[in-house]
Amino acid sequence: MALVLEKHKMPEQDPQVRAHNFQEVALGYDEETAVAEANRCLGCKNPQCRPGCPVGIDIPAFIGKIKERDFDSAIGIIKESSSLPAVCGRVCPQENQCEKNCVLTHKGESVAIGRLERFVADYQLEKNEEVKPIEFAPDAQKVAIIGAGPSGLTCAGDLARKGYKVTIFEALHVAGGVLSYGIPEFRLPKDKIVKREVENLQKMGVTIEVNSIAGRLFTVDELMGEMGFDAVFVGTGAGLPHFMNIPGESLNGVYSSNEFLTRCNLMKAYDFPNHATPIAMGKKVAVVGGGNVAMDAARTSLRLGADKVYIVYRRSEAELPARAEEVHHAKEEGIDFKLLNNPVEIIGDENGWVKSLKCIRMELGEPDASGRRRPVAVEGSEFELDVDTVIMAIGNGPNPIVASTTPGMDTNKRGNIIADEETGATTKEGVFAGGDIVTGAATVILAMGAGKKAAAAIDEYLKSKKK
Amino acid sequence: MFKIVYKKELSPGIFHMDIEAPRVAKKAKAGQFIVLRVNELGERVPLTIADFDVEKGTITLIFQVLGASTMQLSALNEGDSIVDFAGPLGQPSEISGSMGTVVCIGGGIGVAPVYPIARAIHEAGNKVISIMGAKTKDILIFEDKMRAISDEVIIATDDGSYGVKGFVTTALQQLVDRGEKIDQVTAIGPGIMMKSVCDATRPLGIKTIVSLNPVMVDGTGMCGGCRVQVGDEMKFACVDGPEFDGHLVDFNNLMSRGRMFREQEAKAKDHVCNIGLGR
Repeated sequence: MALVLEKHKMPEQDPQVRAHNFQEVALGYDEETAVAEANRCLGCKNPQCRPGCPVGIDIPAFIGKIKERDFDSAIGIIKESSSLPAVCGRVCPQENQCEKNCVLTHKGESVAIGRLERFVADYQLEKNEEVKPIEFAPDAQKVAIIGAGPSGLTCAGDLARKGYKVTIFEALHVAGGVLSYGIPEFRLPKDKIVKREVENLQKMGVTIEVNSIAGRLFTVDELMGEMGFDAVFVGTGAGLPHFMNIPGESLNGVYSSNEFLTRCNLMKAYDFPNHATPIAMGKKVAVVGGGNVAMDAARTSLRLGADKVYIVYRRSEAELPARAEEVHHAKEEGIDFKLLNNPVEIIGDENGWVKSLKCIRMELGEPDASGRRRPVAVEGSEFELDVDTVIMAIGNGPNPIVASTTPGMDTNKRGNIIADEETGATTKEGVFAGGDIVTGAATVILAMGAGKKAAAAIDEYLKSKKK
Repeated sequence: MFKIVYKKELSPGIFHMDIEAPRVAKKAKAGQFIVLRVNELGERVPLTIADFDVEKGTITLIFQVLGASTMQLSALNEGDSIVDFAGPLGQPSEISGSMGTVVCIGGGIGVAPVYPIARAIHEAGNKVISIMGAKTKDILIFEDKMRAISDEVIIATDDGSYGVKGFVTTALQQLVDRGEKIDQVTAIGPGIMMKSVCDATRPLGIKTIVSLNPVMVDGTGMCGGCRVQVGDEMKFACVDGPEFDGHLVDFNNLMSRGRMFREQEAKAKDHVCNIGLGR
């Protein structure tokens, strides 16, 4: 068979249409396309894709099953390694992970591993099979997980499969973490995907307690003491928004990306007033930052009815941290990229609302320690961007509530929990941590990888404790 | 689900509700708040804890019907439930046995959140003088409760229908004029009231603590919607507060930000009225 050099295209909503709705942009492969794409895989004896996957999915094996149209076996293979395939197939930056070293990239495009994972995951969700509950031993040990984001859900799934009784404590009223409040509906449908993946974990036997704020309702010491847990995993993420500390950030019309996206995704403010949470915004929006969160906030603004949306980023296009696919989607939808510009002040009107964003032009100077060329302000180049809403998407830090109430669990100077890279073990015995609370803001799949490693380490720890 | 075990309309539009939430009640301390959601379509609403009962496992909320969500909450009855109830949130009040004489000021419905703080200050062995302010006698709440834990209670009504005629600051000035030595003032109420109290105590050098009430979403520090300017610093009221040194708070900004969603709030209220409280 002749080598097909390009990935099979995935159908998408038309940019003009989708820019005004919250439905999923990418529509997914049908069965024939999935099989045709699977057939591009050469089934390497020494596969280069697999080491690129942070949770180590046996990629050639599951793709092999798709070739045979045995989709049930395909998803079975994925689920041995991943608890949330319908999520990862959608939001992983595959171009930097599994697809990066696919042998086909020497000649053309990699196999569309993410799209194939998504296809079989969706296939299984659509079949709506009963999930078999795990039968726990009467003396099963108990593990508490703090935070129901990707790392916590993964850790919980792995531990439950190993026979531990797992309870996840989640501060918000919905599980999912960034999957529920951060990543928008049009990239990751909430009811169809996130909610059902979480429900499947619960059916398997994981208990999730929402409205439970660790550090306020109970401490880690109480979990391990009177509450009777044998080990704890902390996966509380990076949820503390950064601001720039420039004048005008307290004006009306200024949001953190977290607030803006939480109102929209978690609270469904796009369906106001049917859903009671409002979003107050104007018609001209500036989103400050260049990561995936900035792209999400910009594209969400369009869908909420903004006429003009700018991305304001202090470096150039080459340094944009967002996924290439997201930048491409944003451009297709009409987002205006103001690159090499840095905000210096937000200017308000007499009613305390944003009137404009004062920026200064930047140019790239010498490379810094990280190898990236440092942006330097061009003196005297200030100008005002005419906007009425500003969304700050310049990154997040670790929320201190859990660490500050857990004596013996050390943090670094940034406030991240110090944990062993391989095991997630913290400086406090029996307490493990992983995901963004350890690494700072990273990706969903890296958090899942950390949850997975910690689950293995907790298993080891509890086995040795039992002896 | 969290059951409403007691409900009473204290005065027109002001409700007392006890919600069954044993875990929260066990941990609650004076000065903290909760976030609730009335139903599946609801928004997250922060309300200060007005009282808590560890034995009954209940949290007391006092709220005034102002918009869509409080209207929906007020329409529920004993035995009904709300979907989400999270807390306790925020830092507890700083209370010790050596505070001296503390004047606790509650303006309007602000008397409810002042009550557990005043009680804790009193129980710690300090002298508590309470000032309760209301527009008129009819809407005064918690008078008996406040009297039970205060060494002295002064009531101020705008129209003079009960107690001193004037604002809480009028009553405070009377205390100062009679030579009362005041070590601290704790004031909770509308932004404008707390600002006036701070303006009155600043020249006298009296330490003044206020409990701020900005718009909140999550209440756990993840969104910054509740950010306030305190001195040179930006603080998140939900995790750093809600109590701050009143002399450092930018009240004009706080009040301006409180108006950010005014248009939407009016729309939401109309919507709820049209659909019959969504029940």
